[in-house]
Amino acid sequence: MEAITLAVVSAGLSQPSSTRLLADRLSEAVRDRLADAGREVLIEHVELRELAHPIADNLVTGFPGEALRGATETVTGADAVIAVSPIFSASYSGLFKSFFDVLEQGALTGKPALLGATGGTARHSLALDHALRPLFAYLRAAVVPTAVFAASEDWASAEQNGLRQHIDRAADELAAVLLRQPARTRRPDAFADVVPFEQQLAALRLP
Amino acid sequence: MQFGIFTVGDVTPDPTTGRTPSERERIKAMVAIAQKAEEVGLDVFATGEHHNPPFVPSSPTTMLGWIAAKTERIILSTSTTLITTNDPVKIAEDFAMLQHLADGRVDLILGRGNTGPVYPWFGKDIRDGISLAVENYALLRRLWREDVVDWEGRFRTPLQSFTSTPRPLDGVPPFVWHGSIRSPEIAEQAAYYGDGFFHNNIFWPKDHTERMIELYRTRYAHYGHGTPEQAIVGLGGQVFMRRNSQDAVREFRPYFDNAPVYGHGPSLEEFTAQTPLTVGTPEQVIEKTLSFRDYAGDYQRQLFLVDHAGLPLKTVLEQIDLLGEEVVPVLRREFAENRGADVPDAPTHASLLAAHEATAQAEPVQS
Repeated sequence: MEAITLAVVSAGLSQPSSTRLLADRLSEAVRDRLADAGREVLIEHVELRELAHPIADNLVTGFPGEALRGATETVTGADAVIAVSPIFSASYSGLFKSFFDVLEQGALTGKPALLGATGGTARHSLALDHALRPLFAYLRAAVVPTAVFAASEDWASAEQNGLRQHIDRAADELAAVLLRQPARTRRPDAFADVVPFEQQLAALRLP
Repeated sequence: MQFGIFTVGDVTPDPTTGRTPSERERIKAMVAIAQKAEEVGLDVFATGEHHNPPFVPSSPTTMLGWIAAKTERIILSTSTTLITTNDPVKIAEDFAMLQHLADGRVDLILGRGNTGPVYPWFGKDIRDGISLAVENYALLRRLWREDVVDWEGRFRTPLQSFTSTPRPLDGVPPFVWHGSIRSPEIAEQAAYYGDGFFHNNIFWPKDHTERMIELYRTRYAHYGHGTPEQAIVGLGGQVFMRRNSQDAVREFRPYFDNAPVYGHGPSLEEFTAQTPLTVGTPEQVIEKTLSFRDYAGDYQRQLFLVDHAGLPLKTVLEQIDLLGEEVVPVLRREFAENRGADVPDAPTHASLLAAHEATAQAEPVQS
Protein backbone atom coordinates (compact mmCIF):
# COMPACT_ATOMS: atom_id res chain seq x y z
CA MET A 1 0.00 0.00 0.00
CA GLU A 2 1.15 3.52 -0.67
CA ALA A 3 2.71 5.48 2.19
CA ILE A 4 0.48 8.02 3.90
CA THR A 5 1.93 11.52 3.68
CA LEU A 6 1.54 14.03 6.49
CA ALA A 7 2.34 17.68 5.77
CA VAL A 8 3.31 19.36 9.03
CA VAL A 9 3.05 23.14 8.87
CA SER A 10 4.53 25.02 11.78
CA ALA A 11 4.75 28.74 12.18
CA GLY A 12 7.11 28.95 15.15
CA LEU A 13 9.70 31.71 14.99
CA SER A 14 12.29 30.89 17.64
CA GLN A 15 14.96 28.20 17.63
CA PRO A 16 14.15 25.82 19.22
CA SER A 17 10.49 26.52 18.89
CA SER A 18 7.78 25.12 21.13
CA THR A 19 5.45 25.32 18.14
CA ARG A 20 7.73 23.00 16.17
CA LEU A 21 8.04 20.82 19.27
CA LEU A 22 4.27 20.42 19.45
CA ALA A 23 4.10 19.79 15.69
CA ASP A 24 6.68 17.03 16.10
CA ARG A 25 4.85 15.45 19.01
CA LEU A 26 1.59 15.45 17.06
CA SER A 27 3.06 14.05 13.86
CA GLU A 28 5.02 11.35 15.69
CA ALA A 29 1.92 10.29 17.59
CA VAL A 30 -0.04 10.00 14.35
CA ARG A 31 2.80 8.14 12.68
CA ASP A 32 3.03 5.60 15.54
CA ARG A 33 -0.66 4.81 15.30
CA LEU A 34 -0.55 4.35 11.55
CA ALA A 35 2.60 2.23 11.86
CA ASP A 36 0.77 0.01 14.36
CA ALA A 37 -1.89 -0.48 11.70
CA GLY A 38 0.82 -1.49 9.26
CA ARG A 39 0.92 1.72 7.25
CA GLU A 40 4.06 3.49 6.21
CA VAL A 41 4.08 7.22 6.89
CA LEU A 42 5.99 10.01 5.21
CA ILE A 43 6.28 13.19 7.27
CA GLU A 44 7.04 16.38 5.35
CA HIS A 45 7.80 19.51 7.34
CA VAL A 46 6.92 22.98 6.16
CA GLU A 47 8.66 25.54 8.37
CA LEU A 48 7.02 28.87 7.64
CA ARG A 49 9.85 30.89 9.20
CA GLU A 50 12.07 29.91 6.28
CA LEU A 51 9.35 30.98 3.87
CA ALA A 52 8.58 34.37 5.42
CA HIS A 53 10.09 36.33 2.52
CA PRO A 54 8.68 34.14 -0.29
CA ILE A 55 5.22 34.36 1.33
CA ALA A 56 5.41 38.17 1.44
CA ASP A 57 6.65 38.17 -2.19
CA ASN A 58 3.68 36.06 -3.24
CA LEU A 59 1.30 38.52 -1.58
CA VAL A 60 2.88 41.31 -3.66
CA THR A 61 3.36 39.57 -7.02
CA GLY A 62 0.46 37.11 -6.98
CA PHE A 63 2.59 34.06 -7.72
CA PRO A 64 4.70 31.75 -5.56
CA GLY A 65 8.45 31.58 -6.00
CA GLU A 66 10.11 28.19 -6.31
CA ALA A 67 10.64 27.44 -2.61
CA LEU A 68 7.12 28.45 -1.67
CA ARG A 69 5.64 26.51 -4.56
CA GLY A 70 7.39 23.38 -3.28
CA ALA A 71 5.86 23.96 0.15
CA THR A 72 2.34 24.57 -1.15
CA GLU A 73 2.57 21.45 -3.31
CA THR A 74 3.69 19.47 -0.26
CA VAL A 75 0.63 20.64 1.65
CA THR A 76 -1.93 20.26 -1.13
CA GLY A 77 -0.53 16.87 -2.17
CA ALA A 78 -0.44 15.36 1.34
CA ASP A 79 -3.04 12.94 2.72
CA ALA A 80 -3.42 15.08 5.83
CA VAL A 81 -2.12 18.32 7.24
CA ILE A 82 -1.05 19.07 10.78
CA ALA A 83 -0.99 22.83 11.27
CA VAL A 84 0.45 24.49 14.35
CA SER A 85 0.69 28.21 15.05
CA PRO A 86 1.85 30.29 17.95
CA ILE A 87 -0.94 32.46 19.32
CA PHE A 88 -0.10 36.14 18.84
CA SER A 89 -2.47 38.91 19.94
CA ALA A 90 -5.36 36.50 20.54
CA SER A 91 -5.10 34.70 17.18
CA TYR A 92 -2.88 32.68 14.82
CA SER A 93 0.30 34.47 13.76
CA GLY A 94 0.21 36.66 10.66
CA LEU A 95 2.76 34.43 8.96
CA PHE A 96 0.57 31.37 9.55
CA LYS A 97 -2.48 33.11 8.08
CA SER A 98 -0.53 34.50 5.13
CA PHE A 99 0.63 31.01 4.15
CA PHE A 100 -2.94 29.77 3.99
CA ASP A 101 -3.95 32.98 2.18
CA VAL A 102 -1.64 32.24 -0.75
CA LEU A 103 -2.80 28.65 -1.28
CA GLU A 104 -4.92 28.14 -4.38
CA GLN A 105 -8.63 28.26 -3.75
CA GLY A 106 -9.96 24.81 -2.88
CA ALA A 107 -6.48 23.46 -2.15
CA LEU A 108 -7.51 22.04 1.24
CA THR A 109 -11.07 21.02 0.46
CA GLY A 110 -11.82 17.74 2.22
CA LYS A 111 -8.27 17.43 3.54
CA PRO A 112 -8.06 15.76 6.97
CA ALA A 113 -6.44 18.23 9.34
CA LEU A 114 -5.25 18.40 12.92
CA LEU A 115 -4.80 21.79 14.53
CA GLY A 116 -2.41 22.84 17.27
CA ALA A 117 -1.33 26.07 18.89
CA THR A 118 1.15 27.27 21.46
CA GLY A 119 1.12 30.23 23.81
CA GLY A 120 2.56 31.63 26.99
CA THR A 121 -0.36 30.63 29.17
CA ALA A 122 -3.39 28.38 28.89
CA ARG A 123 -5.56 31.52 28.87
CA HIS A 124 -5.05 31.66 25.10
CA SER A 125 -6.17 28.12 24.41
CA LEU A 126 -9.60 29.02 23.06
CA ALA A 127 -7.90 30.80 20.14
CA LEU A 128 -7.80 27.32 18.62
CA ASP A 129 -11.57 27.29 18.47
CA HIS A 130 -12.33 30.94 17.78
CA ALA A 131 -9.52 31.55 15.26
CA LEU A 132 -7.91 28.43 13.76
CA ARG A 133 -11.04 26.35 13.48
CA PRO A 134 -13.09 28.94 11.54
CA LEU A 135 -10.15 29.47 9.17
CA PHE A 136 -9.99 25.78 8.35
CA ALA A 137 -13.78 25.57 8.16
CA TYR A 138 -13.59 28.29 5.50
CA LEU A 139 -10.90 26.31 3.68
CA ARG A 140 -13.24 23.29 3.87
CA ALA A 141 -10.63 21.10 5.52
CA ALA A 142 -11.94 18.09 7.48
CA VAL A 143 -10.65 19.08 10.91
CA VAL A 144 -10.64 16.42 13.64
CA PRO A 145 -12.59 17.26 16.84
CA THR A 146 -9.59 17.51 19.16
CA ALA A 147 -7.23 20.43 18.71
CA VAL A 148 -4.18 20.66 20.94
CA PHE A 149 -2.95 23.71 22.82
CA ALA A 150 0.41 23.73 24.62
CA ALA A 151 1.27 26.52 27.06
CA SER A 152 4.72 27.12 28.55
CA GLU A 153 3.70 25.40 31.75
CA ASP A 154 2.77 22.23 29.84
CA TRP A 155 6.36 21.77 28.77
CA ALA A 156 7.64 22.36 32.30
CA SER A 157 5.56 19.91 34.32
CA ALA A 158 6.37 16.23 34.57
CA GLU A 159 2.74 15.29 34.07
CA GLN A 160 2.46 17.79 31.24
CA ASN A 161 -0.96 18.70 32.61
CA GLY A 162 -2.73 16.37 30.29
CA LEU A 163 -0.88 17.55 27.17
CA ARG A 164 0.13 13.99 26.43
CA GLN A 165 -3.48 12.83 26.67
CA HIS A 166 -4.57 15.61 24.36
CA ILE A 167 -1.93 14.70 21.81
CA ASP A 168 -2.91 11.04 22.04
CA ARG A 169 -6.59 11.75 21.57
CA ALA A 170 -5.98 14.07 18.61
CA ALA A 171 -3.61 11.53 17.03
CA ASP A 172 -6.18 8.75 17.54
CA GLU A 173 -8.76 10.83 15.71
CA LEU A 174 -6.57 11.75 12.75
CA ALA A 175 -5.17 8.21 12.42
CA ALA A 176 -8.69 6.79 12.46
CA VAL A 177 -9.74 9.14 9.67
CA LEU A 178 -6.70 8.25 7.58
CA LEU A 179 -7.19 4.51 8.05
CA ARG A 180 -10.82 4.75 7.04
CA GLN A 181 -10.08 6.94 4.07
CA PRO A 182 -9.98 5.45 0.57
CA ALA A 183 -6.98 6.17 -1.61
CA ARG A 184 -6.52 9.84 -2.39
CA THR A 185 -8.63 11.02 -5.29
CA ARG A 186 -7.21 13.29 -7.93
CA ARG A 187 -7.92 16.96 -7.37
CA PRO A 188 -9.81 18.54 -10.25
CA ASP A 189 -7.37 20.09 -12.73
CA ALA A 190 -8.60 23.21 -14.54
CA PHE A 191 -6.31 22.40 -17.47
CA ALA A 192 -6.99 18.69 -17.85
CA ASP A 193 -10.72 19.20 -17.23
CA VAL A 194 -11.27 22.40 -19.21
CA VAL A 195 -14.96 23.11 -19.79
CA PRO A 196 -15.63 22.71 -23.54
CA PHE A 197 -16.45 26.08 -25.06
CA GLU A 198 -19.91 25.01 -26.26
CA GLN A 199 -20.77 24.38 -22.63
CA GLN A 200 -19.48 27.80 -21.61
CA LEU A 201 -21.64 29.36 -24.30
CA ALA A 202 -24.68 27.24 -23.49
CA ALA A 203 -24.49 28.23 -19.82
CA LEU A 204 -25.11 31.83 -20.87
CA ARG A 205 -27.96 31.15 -23.26
CA LEU A 206 -31.24 32.68 -22.18
CA PRO A 207 -33.98 30.21 -21.29
CA MET B 1 7.49 36.42 -36.98
CA GLN B 2 6.35 39.78 -35.61
CA PHE B 3 8.22 41.81 -33.01
CA GLY B 4 6.92 44.85 -31.22
CA ILE B 5 6.36 46.94 -28.15
CA PHE B 6 3.49 46.86 -25.71
CA THR B 7 2.80 49.48 -23.09
CA VAL B 8 0.49 49.67 -20.11
CA GLY B 9 0.61 53.47 -20.05
CA ASP B 10 1.33 53.99 -16.36
CA VAL B 11 2.19 57.45 -15.06
CA THR B 12 4.76 56.61 -12.43
CA PRO B 13 7.20 58.95 -10.68
CA ASP B 14 10.79 58.38 -11.76
CA PRO B 15 12.20 56.93 -8.52
CA THR B 16 15.67 58.33 -9.25
CA THR B 17 14.48 61.93 -9.57
CA GLY B 18 11.07 61.91 -7.89
CA ARG B 19 9.64 63.60 -10.97
CA THR B 20 6.20 62.57 -12.25
CA PRO B 21 5.41 63.29 -15.90
CA SER B 22 2.13 65.05 -16.67
CA GLU B 23 -0.58 63.01 -18.37
CA ARG B 24 -0.02 64.97 -21.57
CA GLU B 25 3.69 64.22 -21.39
CA ARG B 26 3.05 60.51 -20.89
CA ILE B 27 0.50 60.30 -23.69
CA LYS B 28 2.88 62.06 -26.08
CA ALA B 29 5.67 59.77 -24.90
CA MET B 30 3.56 56.71 -25.81
CA VAL B 31 3.05 58.15 -29.26
CA ALA B 32 6.79 58.84 -29.61
CA ILE B 33 7.47 55.24 -28.57
CA ALA B 34 5.15 53.95 -31.29
CA GLN B 35 6.80 56.12 -33.93
CA LYS B 36 10.24 55.02 -32.77
CA ALA B 37 9.14 51.39 -32.98
CA GLU B 38 8.22 51.86 -36.63
CA GLU B 39 11.41 53.82 -37.32
CA VAL B 40 13.66 51.00 -36.06
CA GLY B 41 11.77 48.36 -38.02
CA LEU B 42 9.55 46.76 -35.39
CA ASP B 43 6.24 45.29 -36.56
CA VAL B 44 3.71 46.00 -33.81
CA PHE B 45 2.79 48.71 -31.31
CA ALA B 46 0.16 47.81 -28.72
CA THR B 47 -1.33 50.02 -26.04
CA GLY B 48 -3.08 48.96 -22.86
CA GLU B 49 -6.53 50.14 -21.80
CA HIS B 50 -7.15 51.36 -18.28
CA HIS B 51 -9.80 53.46 -16.60
CA ASN B 52 -8.09 54.35 -13.37
CA PRO B 53 -5.07 56.39 -12.30
CA PRO B 54 -2.09 56.03 -12.54
CA PHE B 55 -2.82 54.94 -16.12
CA VAL B 56 -3.62 57.24 -19.06
CA PRO B 57 -4.76 55.13 -22.02
CA SER B 58 -8.53 55.01 -21.57
CA SER B 59 -9.21 55.60 -25.29
CA PRO B 60 -6.99 53.24 -27.26
CA THR B 61 -8.52 53.79 -30.71
CA THR B 62 -8.16 57.57 -30.35
CA MET B 63 -4.48 57.12 -29.70
CA LEU B 64 -4.02 54.43 -32.35
CA GLY B 65 -5.87 56.54 -34.92
CA TRP B 66 -3.42 59.37 -34.36
CA ILE B 67 -0.47 56.99 -34.59
CA ALA B 68 -1.95 55.50 -37.77
CA ALA B 69 -1.79 58.92 -39.39
CA LYS B 70 1.85 59.36 -38.39
CA THR B 71 3.10 55.92 -39.44
CA GLU B 72 3.18 53.86 -42.61
CA ARG B 73 3.79 50.26 -41.80
CA ILE B 74 3.52 49.29 -38.14
CA ILE B 75 0.55 47.17 -36.98
CA LEU B 76 -1.55 48.88 -34.32
CA SER B 77 -2.80 46.65 -31.56
CA THR B 78 -3.95 46.66 -27.95
CA SER B 79 -2.71 45.03 -24.76
CA THR B 80 -5.46 44.55 -23.89
CA THR B 81 -8.91 45.71 -25.01
CA LEU B 82 -11.36 45.09 -22.17
CA ILE B 83 -13.94 42.69 -23.55
CA THR B 84 -15.67 42.62 -20.15
CA THR B 85 -16.46 46.24 -19.36
CA ASN B 86 -16.62 47.70 -22.88
CA ASP B 87 -19.81 47.42 -24.86
CA PRO B 88 -19.05 44.96 -27.67
CA VAL B 89 -21.03 47.23 -30.01
CA LYS B 90 -18.60 50.07 -29.34
CA ILE B 91 -15.59 47.77 -29.78
CA ALA B 92 -16.99 46.63 -33.14
CA GLU B 93 -17.48 50.22 -34.27
CA ASP B 94 -14.24 51.69 -32.92
CA PHE B 95 -11.96 49.05 -34.38
CA ALA B 96 -13.71 48.91 -37.75
CA MET B 97 -13.31 52.69 -37.91
CA LEU B 98 -9.64 52.34 -37.04
CA GLN B 99 -9.21 49.65 -39.71
CA HIS B 100 -10.39 52.06 -42.40
CA LEU B 101 -8.20 54.90 -41.17
CA ALA B 102 -5.14 52.67 -40.80
CA ASP B 103 -5.68 50.80 -44.08
CA GLY B 104 -6.06 47.52 -42.24
CA ARG B 105 -2.98 47.80 -39.98
CA VAL B 106 -5.08 46.80 -36.96
CA ASP B 107 -5.59 43.84 -34.70
CA LEU B 108 -6.48 43.54 -31.02
CA ILE B 109 -5.79 41.49 -27.96
CA LEU B 110 -8.84 40.99 -25.79
CA GLY B 111 -8.47 40.74 -22.04
CA ARG B 112 -10.67 40.86 -18.98
CA GLY B 113 -8.80 43.37 -16.86
CA ASN B 114 -8.05 42.48 -13.28
CA THR B 115 -9.04 45.47 -11.20
CA GLY B 116 -12.18 44.85 -9.18
CA PRO B 117 -13.35 48.47 -8.82
CA VAL B 118 -13.37 49.06 -12.61
CA TYR B 119 -16.22 46.67 -13.27
CA PRO B 120 -18.95 48.48 -11.31
CA TRP B 121 -17.96 51.80 -12.92
CA PHE B 122 -19.19 50.24 -16.14
CA GLY B 123 -22.19 48.52 -14.60
CA LYS B 124 -20.53 45.11 -14.40
CA ASP B 125 -19.37 42.67 -11.73
CA ILE B 126 -15.88 41.16 -11.70
CA ARG B 127 -17.35 37.80 -10.71
CA ASP B 128 -18.92 37.66 -14.19
CA GLY B 129 -15.51 38.23 -15.82
CA ILE B 130 -15.29 34.99 -17.80
CA SER B 131 -18.98 35.00 -18.74
CA LEU B 132 -18.72 38.59 -19.95
CA ALA B 133 -15.70 37.69 -22.08
CA VAL B 134 -17.59 34.75 -23.59
CA GLU B 135 -20.89 36.50 -24.31
CA ASN B 136 -19.46 39.86 -25.39
CA TYR B 137 -17.02 38.29 -27.80
CA ALA B 138 -19.69 36.04 -29.31
CA LEU B 139 -21.67 39.21 -30.05
CA LEU B 140 -18.60 41.13 -31.29
CA ARG B 141 -17.90 38.39 -33.85
CA ARG B 142 -21.44 38.56 -35.17
CA LEU B 143 -21.39 42.37 -35.39
CA TRP B 144 -18.32 42.18 -37.63
CA ARG B 145 -19.52 39.24 -39.72
CA GLU B 146 -23.26 39.84 -40.15
CA ASP B 147 -24.60 43.04 -41.68
CA VAL B 148 -27.82 42.96 -39.67
CA VAL B 149 -27.87 41.50 -36.19
CA ASP B 150 -30.75 40.46 -33.94
CA TRP B 151 -29.38 39.56 -30.57
CA GLU B 152 -30.34 38.95 -26.97
CA GLY B 153 -28.07 38.06 -24.07
CA ARG B 154 -27.51 38.40 -20.36
CA PHE B 155 -25.27 41.39 -20.09
CA ARG B 156 -26.50 43.97 -22.59
CA THR B 157 -29.78 45.32 -23.87
CA PRO B 158 -31.08 43.34 -26.86
CA LEU B 159 -30.35 44.42 -30.43
CA GLN B 160 -32.91 44.35 -33.20
CA SER B 161 -32.03 44.96 -36.84
CA PHE B 162 -28.75 46.51 -35.78
CA THR B 163 -25.94 47.24 -38.23
CA SER B 164 -22.57 48.13 -36.78
CA THR B 165 -20.93 50.83 -38.86
CA PRO B 166 -18.57 51.21 -40.51
CA ARG B 167 -18.46 47.63 -41.74
CA PRO B 168 -15.02 46.00 -41.37
CA LEU B 169 -12.54 47.02 -44.07
CA ASP B 170 -12.97 44.81 -47.19
CA GLY B 171 -15.48 42.73 -45.19
CA VAL B 172 -12.58 41.32 -43.14
CA PRO B 173 -12.73 41.79 -39.35
CA PRO B 174 -9.48 42.58 -37.52
CA PHE B 175 -7.60 39.54 -36.25
CA VAL B 176 -8.28 38.85 -32.58
CA TRP B 177 -5.94 37.47 -29.93
CA HIS B 178 -7.29 36.42 -26.56
CA GLY B 179 -5.02 37.29 -23.67
CA SER B 180 -5.05 35.54 -20.35
CA ILE B 181 -2.44 34.85 -17.72
CA ARG B 182 -4.06 31.94 -15.94
CA SER B 183 -7.63 31.23 -17.03
CA PRO B 184 -7.92 28.01 -19.05
CA GLU B 185 -11.41 29.09 -20.16
CA ILE B 186 -9.87 31.88 -22.25
CA ALA B 187 -7.30 29.59 -23.90
CA GLU B 188 -10.27 27.34 -24.71
CA GLN B 189 -12.20 30.29 -26.16
CA ALA B 190 -9.27 31.27 -28.42
CA ALA B 191 -8.91 27.67 -29.58
CA TYR B 192 -12.62 27.26 -30.28
CA TYR B 193 -12.70 30.20 -32.68
CA GLY B 194 -9.26 29.56 -34.16
CA ASP B 195 -8.19 33.00 -32.94
CA GLY B 196 -4.76 33.85 -31.56
CA PHE B 197 -3.72 33.39 -27.95
CA PHE B 198 -1.47 35.91 -26.21
CA HIS B 199 0.26 35.36 -22.88
CA ASN B 200 1.78 38.43 -21.26
CA ASN B 201 4.54 36.21 -19.92
CA ILE B 202 5.74 38.82 -17.47
CA PHE B 203 4.63 38.22 -13.94
CA TRP B 204 4.47 34.47 -13.84
CA PRO B 205 6.99 31.66 -13.99
CA LYS B 206 7.36 30.13 -17.43
CA ASP B 207 5.67 26.84 -16.59
CA HIS B 208 2.38 28.69 -16.10
CA THR B 209 2.75 30.23 -19.55
CA GLU B 210 3.66 26.81 -20.90
CA ARG B 211 0.49 25.15 -19.54
CA MET B 212 -1.75 27.83 -20.99
CA ILE B 213 -0.14 27.61 -24.43
CA GLU B 214 -0.15 23.84 -24.43
CA LEU B 215 -3.86 23.80 -23.62
CA TYR B 216 -4.55 26.37 -26.37
CA ARG B 217 -2.56 24.43 -28.97
CA THR B 218 -4.19 21.10 -28.10
CA ARG B 219 -7.70 22.54 -28.22
CA TYR B 220 -6.94 24.52 -31.42
CA ALA B 221 -6.23 21.21 -33.12
CA HIS B 222 -9.24 19.59 -31.42
CA TYR B 223 -11.52 22.18 -33.04
CA GLY B 224 -10.05 21.42 -36.45
CA HIS B 225 -8.23 24.68 -37.19
CA GLY B 226 -4.93 22.93 -37.93
CA THR B 227 -2.20 21.11 -36.09
CA PRO B 228 -1.21 22.23 -32.58
CA GLU B 229 1.98 23.68 -34.10
CA GLN B 230 -0.12 25.88 -36.41
CA ALA B 231 -1.95 27.66 -33.61
CA ILE B 232 -1.25 31.40 -33.38
CA VAL B 233 0.71 32.25 -30.24
CA GLY B 234 1.93 35.61 -28.96
CA LEU B 235 4.14 36.28 -25.96
CA GLY B 236 5.13 39.28 -23.92
CA GLY B 237 8.46 39.88 -22.33
CA GLN B 238 10.17 42.55 -20.34
CA VAL B 239 13.69 43.79 -20.90
CA PHE B 240 16.17 46.45 -19.89
CA MET B 241 19.45 46.66 -21.74
CA ARG B 242 22.85 48.34 -21.56
CA ARG B 243 26.10 47.42 -23.29
CA ASN B 244 27.41 46.21 -19.98
CA SER B 245 25.25 43.87 -17.95
CA GLN B 246 26.19 45.40 -14.59
CA ASP B 247 25.28 48.88 -15.84
CA ALA B 248 21.86 47.58 -16.86
CA VAL B 249 21.25 46.06 -13.44
CA ARG B 250 22.48 49.16 -11.61
CA GLU B 251 20.35 51.53 -13.69
CA PHE B 252 17.18 49.43 -13.71
CA ARG B 253 17.16 48.36 -10.05
CA PRO B 254 15.49 51.48 -8.57
CA TYR B 255 12.75 51.25 -11.24
CA PHE B 256 12.26 47.57 -10.51
CA ASP B 257 12.26 48.02 -6.74
CA ASN B 258 9.54 50.67 -6.93
CA ALA B 259 7.51 49.33 -9.86
CA PRO B 260 3.78 49.58 -9.18
CA VAL B 261 3.03 45.92 -9.88
CA TYR B 262 5.83 43.88 -8.34
CA GLY B 263 7.91 46.48 -6.50
CA HIS B 264 8.67 46.00 -2.81
CA GLY B 265 8.42 42.25 -3.33
CA PRO B 266 11.04 39.86 -4.66
CA SER B 267 14.53 41.11 -5.49
CA LEU B 268 15.49 41.90 -9.08
CA GLU B 269 17.68 38.80 -9.05
CA GLU B 270 14.86 36.53 -7.83
CA PHE B 271 12.40 37.95 -10.32
CA THR B 272 14.89 37.58 -13.17
CA ALA B 273 15.48 33.97 -12.25
CA GLN B 274 11.79 33.11 -11.96
CA THR B 275 10.14 35.11 -14.74
CA PRO B 276 11.02 36.10 -18.32
CA LEU B 277 12.38 39.51 -17.18
CA THR B 278 15.85 40.12 -18.64
CA VAL B 279 18.11 42.91 -17.41
CA GLY B 280 21.47 42.86 -19.12
CA THR B 281 23.14 43.09 -22.51
CA PRO B 282 21.40 42.78 -25.88
CA GLU B 283 23.06 39.36 -26.18
CA GLN B 284 21.47 38.25 -22.91
CA VAL B 285 18.07 39.45 -24.12
CA ILE B 286 18.52 37.51 -27.35
CA GLU B 287 19.46 34.38 -25.45
CA LYS B 288 16.56 34.60 -23.03
CA THR B 289 14.00 35.43 -25.73
CA LEU B 290 15.13 32.51 -27.87
CA SER B 291 14.56 30.26 -24.87
CA PHE B 292 10.84 31.15 -24.93
CA ARG B 293 10.55 28.79 -27.90
CA ASP B 294 11.54 25.89 -25.63
CA TYR B 295 8.23 26.15 -23.79
CA ALA B 296 5.99 27.99 -26.27
CA GLY B 297 6.99 26.24 -29.47
CA ASP B 298 7.36 28.20 -32.74
CA TYR B 299 5.30 31.31 -32.18
CA GLN B 300 4.10 34.30 -34.16
CA ARG B 301 4.43 37.45 -32.11
CA GLN B 302 6.84 38.75 -29.48
CA LEU B 303 6.03 42.01 -27.71
CA PHE B 304 8.40 43.72 -25.29
CA LEU B 305 7.48 45.95 -22.36
CA VAL B 306 10.13 48.67 -22.09
CA ASP B 307 8.46 51.84 -20.87
CA HIS B 308 6.97 51.36 -17.43
CA ALA B 309 7.80 52.09 -13.79
CA GLY B 310 8.80 55.70 -14.41
CA LEU B 311 11.61 55.13 -16.93
CA PRO B 312 12.27 58.42 -18.74
CA LEU B 313 11.35 58.65 -22.43
CA LYS B 314 14.97 59.13 -23.49
CA THR B 315 15.93 55.84 -21.85
CA VAL B 316 12.95 54.06 -23.38
CA LEU B 317 13.83 55.27 -26.86
CA GLU B 318 17.39 54.00 -26.33
CA GLN B 319 15.90 50.61 -25.45
CA ILE B 320 13.88 50.57 -28.66
CA ASP B 321 16.98 51.51 -30.65
CA LEU B 322 18.81 48.55 -29.15
CA LEU B 323 15.88 46.27 -29.92
CA GLY B 324 15.66 47.43 -33.51
CA GLU B 325 19.38 47.52 -34.24
CA GLU B 326 20.82 44.63 -32.29
CA VAL B 327 18.19 42.33 -30.84
CA VAL B 328 15.36 41.87 -33.30
CA PRO B 329 17.49 41.29 -36.45
CA VAL B 330 19.21 38.39 -34.66
CA LEU B 331 15.92 37.08 -33.28
CA ARG B 332 14.34 37.13 -36.75
CA ARG B 333 17.22 35.11 -38.12
CA GLU B 334 17.42 32.66 -35.23
CA PHE B 335 13.67 32.10 -34.90
CA ALA B 336 13.44 31.44 -38.66
CA GLU B 337 16.02 28.71 -38.33
CA ASN B 338 14.55 25.26 -37.66
CA ARG B 339 11.09 26.74 -37.72
CA GLY B 340 8.45 24.17 -38.67
CA ALA B 341 7.73 24.44 -42.40
CA ASP B 342 3.96 24.58 -41.88
CA VAL B 343 4.02 27.08 -39.01
CA PRO B 344 2.08 30.10 -40.28
CA ASP B 345 2.90 33.76 -39.74
CA ALA B 346 0.56 35.89 -37.65
CA PRO B 347 -2.49 36.80 -39.73
CA THR B 348 -2.53 40.33 -41.17
CA HIS B 349 -5.24 42.20 -43.00
CA ALA B 350 -3.64 41.21 -46.33
CA SER B 351 -3.47 37.51 -45.46
CA LEU B 352 -7.01 37.48 -44.04
CA LEU B 353 -8.30 39.28 -47.13
CA ALA B 354 -6.61 36.75 -49.42
CA ALA B 355 -8.12 33.88 -47.42
CA HIS B 356 -11.52 35.61 -47.48
CA GLU B 357 -11.42 36.02 -51.27
CA ALA B 358 -10.27 32.43 -51.78
CA THR B 359 -13.23 31.18 -49.71
CA ALA B 360 -15.64 33.42 -51.59
CA GLN B 361 -14.43 32.03 -54.93
CA ALA B 362 -14.59 28.44 -53.72
CA GLU B 363 -18.21 28.77 -52.64
CA PRO B 364 -20.78 28.67 -55.46
CA VAL B 365 -23.00 31.73 -55.49
CA GLN B 366 -26.49 31.01 -54.19
CA SER B 367 -29.10 31.86 -56.74
